[in-house]
Amino acid sequence: MQSLDDLVAAAANEIAAAADLSALDSVRVNYLGKKGELTARLKALGKVSAEERPAAGQAINRAKQALVTQINARKEALENAALEARLLADAVDVSLPGRGPGIGSRHPVSRAMSRIERIFCNAGFEVRSGPEIEDDFHNFTALNIPENHPARAMHDTFYFPGGKLLRTHTSPVQIRSMVEEGVPLRIIAPGRVYRCDSDQTHTPMFHQVEGLVVDRGISFANLKAVLHQFVESFFERDASLRFRPSYFPFTEPSAEVDVLWGEDKWLEILGCGMVHPNVLTNAGIDAEEFTGYAFGMGVERLAMLRYGVTDLRTFFDNDLRFLRQFN
Amino acid sequence: MKFAESWLREWVNPALDARAIGEQLTMAGHELDGLSFEGEGLDGVIVAEVLKAVPHPDADRLQVCTVSTGSGDPVQIVCGAPNARAGLKSPLASPGTKLPNGVKLRKAKIRGVESMGMLCSAVELGLGEESDGIIELPADAVVGDPLTSVLGLPDAIFDVDLTPNRGDCFSVLGIARDVSAQTSTPMNEPARHPVKTSCKASHPVEQVIPEACPRFACRVIRGIDPQARSPLWMVERLRRSGIRSIHPVVDITNYVMMELGQPLHAYDLAKLNGPIRPRYAKSGERVTLLDERDLALNADTVVITDDTGPIGLAGIMGGLSTAVSDETVDVFFEAAFWPQDVMAGRARNYGMHTDASMRFERGVDPELPPRAIERASELLVAIAGGQAGPAEDHVFEDLLPERKPVTLRQARLQKLLGIELDRDRVSEILRALHLQVDVHADGWTVTPPGFRFDIVIEEDLIEEVARVYGYNNIAESTAVTSTPLQPFSESRIDSDRIANVLLGRDYQEVITWSFVDAESDQLVTNNTSELALENPISSEMSVMRGSLWTGLIQAAARNLARQQDRVRLFEIGKSYHGTLLDTREVLQVAAIALGPVLPEQWSLKAQAVDFYDLKGDVEALLQMTGCAGEFAFVSTSHPALQPGQAAALMRDNQQIGVLGKLHPAIAKKMDLRKDAFLLELNIEPAFTAALPAAESVSRFPAIRRDLAIVVAEAVTAAEIREAVAAAAPALVREVRIFDVYRGQGIEAGLKSVALGLILQETSRTLTDADADSVTATAVTKLQQEFGAELRD
Repeated sequence: MQSLDDLVAAAANEIAAAADLSALDSVRVNYLGKKGELTARLKALGKVSAEERPAAGQAINRAKQALVTQINARKEALENAALEARLLADAVDVSLPGRGPGIGSRHPVSRAMSRIERIFCNAGFEVRSGPEIEDDFHNFTALNIPENHPARAMHDTFYFPGGKLLRTHTSPVQIRSMVEEGVPLRIIAPGRVYRCDSDQTHTPMFHQVEGLVVDRGISFANLKAVLHQFVESFFERDASLRFRPSYFPFTEPSAEVDVLWGEDKWLEILGCGMVHPNVLTNAGIDAEEFTGYAFGMGVERLAMLRYGVTDLRTFFDNDLRFLRQFN
Repeated sequence: MKFAESWLREWVNPALDARAIGEQLTMAGHELDGLSFEGEGLDGVIVAEVLKAVPHPDADRLQVCTVSTGSGDPVQIVCGAPNARAGLKSPLASPGTKLPNGVKLRKAKIRGVESMGMLCSAVELGLGEESDGIIELPADAVVGDPLTSVLGLPDAIFDVDLTPNRGDCFSVLGIARDVSAQTSTPMNEPARHPVKTSCKASHPVEQVIPEACPRFACRVIRGIDPQARSPLWMVERLRRSGIRSIHPVVDITNYVMMELGQPLHAYDLAKLNGPIRPRYAKSGERVTLLDERDLALNADTVVITDDTGPIGLAGIMGGLSTAVSDETVDVFFEAAFWPQDVMAGRARNYGMHTDASMRFERGVDPELPPRAIERASELLVAIAGGQAGPAEDHVFEDLLPERKPVTLRQARLQKLLGIELDRDRVSEILRALHLQVDVHADGWTVTPPGFRFDIVIEEDLIEEVARVYGYNNIAESTAVTSTPLQPFSESRIDSDRIANVLLGRDYQEVITWSFVDAESDQLVTNNTSELALENPISSEMSVMRGSLWTGLIQAAARNLARQQDRVRLFEIGKSYHGTLLDTREVLQVAAIALGPVLPEQWSLKAQAVDFYDLKGDVEALLQMTGCAGEFAFVSTSHPALQPGQAAALMRDNQQIGVLGKLHPAIAKKMDLRKDAFLLELNIEPAFTAALPAAESVSRFPAIRRDLAIVVAEAVTAAEIREAVAAAAPALVREVRIFDVYRGQGIEAGLKSVALGLILQETSRTLTDADADSVTATAVTKLQQEFGAELRD
């Protein structure tokens, strides 16, 4: 008869050679099953002498234990290999595109306008709006631009029959807000404005953001500070500004503001000034007690500089290939 | 306004180069639009004299000229200019000279004849945009002298953009005054040489409207030489100011206007009939102007008349019938003061804009007319001879604008500018601006001179001080009053949030014009807009849009044409409604979608966008309000939408939006080649949000019961859901519709609807018996209300 050690060694070989779970199971049945060889030897213990029986029994049990351990280890290994094979088969090509619609992007002008709004709202400004179909009073007269004033010629106004007009600037919101809300006031008014002008650098519709602060003790020095901070905030960098004397009928003193672009190029970005006393008076405000500043900026201009757009007209062409760049 | 550096330096000569002067002008409020340099690189060009000019043996249009260069032997030059003739002095560029246009001259043979250089035209020397021959230099030019010394070159030309409040700067004198103040350089006015009155000639002037014409200065100059020509220096200065030389008398009026700022007019005295009489035009009267335009006059326009009627528009343009010409020997100069309110807008009413009208509208110094007459007389007598009659000044002193003193308080100056300014510096600035200044304890009393129309109130003076002190020298100050925090609304959903939802659903934002073409607007809104512009840019942009859809459809069509097959656009903006007397502007969000729902993808079957995609987008937007239950979609008809695929969005029985499929007929008319779906919401009523009111979540499990019913097509999903929910309002959490089926097994005109009822109680676990009872009630209701049959 084969020695127990040989039997165990033979079984170990068969366990190691079992290629899958069913082969392994038949090895188990062959040795440990009801009719298995080890089981048979256990049954045969009865024929062994009483003195030898405990030692022989222990030896068979140890051998059985060793085989069970080996079978379990082999089983785990086979199971792991099977899982791995299955998972490998589930592998995806991670470079294939994902599913879903993606996202759209804001129009660069809206994007810039929204940015301007947020910057000023952070500084305590509130957003106001007004009608685009305006009357002569709010667009001109109340802003100290009487009929036949040469400044009206600079505005290229769109008119409706009967005298209404499309606002040429967001400044009428100054008047409406002062009259409706009184002072102190700290507002911006973003929106569409219109001028009867269309060429490479002008579109008949464009966007402005108006700003107005009226309170006791507001000075030109405050105006300079807020605009300087705004420009640095908007462009996220240090900026050199140049305040140039200019003329707007509704501010006095008036200035145009240039920003230094590149080495030595001054680019005009906005107009501003101290609110003209006539404008305050027209809105029922005591111009002696209250002073204020106002400013107006062209959103397209700022968006062009910020995002490197070189042709104003592309903003209104609404070509998806252009717009999708502004995610 | 354009003017030459050399001319300015005659009046004020700061120790600055042209660029620095330009910078000073900009910082004084006269924005430098351009600065160009002329006459550089003309060193090799000299004055030459044509001694002889004979036809070229082999070319009809060429002449062979013998030319004196002032030294050595005369040289031979082949010249194509028609005005080359013996005795003419003209610029000569010798071989080796490089002209401003880059041409380098060489000794050449032209059609077999040797030519030792070129006689030059203005264009060839970079001194003009057009020329009809070689430059004709004055007879007294010294042959052999460099051309630059004869023409006063090189020179810089300033082009400044003047603001409408500074009419006083529309002249070399005016600019010089500001440069003087800005640079602290004293003025250096050229000496005046009034001509002696040498005859008694005069022409009567009748001032019948003194308020509109408080000053009319004039003078007759008789017997000028009709052959006289404008001197080169004057022609050149005018040219550098962008003014063409026309006739010595006209050139002189232009020259004086450019120099002093006073527009003048010169009449041919022989053509005047009777007294000059400025008066208001009679409606319907006509006048033919210098530019040969024939105008019908408005009654608000002041005209110059004689016995024949109107002979010119006051302060705008003279008339043709009395214009000077090459035959003119007796001249009548006019320099008048036309008040701003008499001039304002008048030229524009005739579609005109002249150098004179521009100046008068902005204000011309009322003291200038006599001085301008003197200057013009001096120039005319010097250039064309003649005898000057007495200088006349018809003036109503008390009708001239009065310059009122303006008080400037030091405290106000500091308050408005936010800086402290040295009193002496302020006085110095004010005086440098030619203002009359009285200093007192707490400020200044300032009387502006006649030429300043823009100094009326204290703030005007503050601006003057700040301007000369330098805006850039005013330190920034962040000292501002505190702004209390205001209640912060949570019931308004702002445009940014609306946009973000649509962006997240892959819509691209666009901005389309607020004005559209009337036909498309009518097509989309079925309404003829009253809001049509009087002066549109084009018919494509002539009426205010009644719907955002018009622009979106057009933008989508353009993108389709650019090979974009999936287009999803939205816009947030206003549409315009109502009448001219009662306009309404409605802020809306609108979108268009066409093409596949999703971008082409390897694992998905392409599916075209349909009504329910758009509806899903609308629902997503409305979810933001926290009031989704307040909205209802009801079938509607809309002029732009296909019948049966159009829904109105209702809130509180008010229509606040609409969505649906673009009517194929309209799509075709608007060149949109694909099915498109549109939505439009009124932002104000749609996006009023409720504050979330939290409820506790049920700890007990929910039960689901499914049932399928067969109902008539006309029964809507909303009705079914409402009926089921009403079966047990306390228990039914949700009614899902998970299938709608038509076809085999279902009779035509009917549909099968599969419902999922989600039931839940907050206080206990529901039993099967509870669920069965709710389902039974629901089925009964559906049977009773819609004749529904249970399907198994």
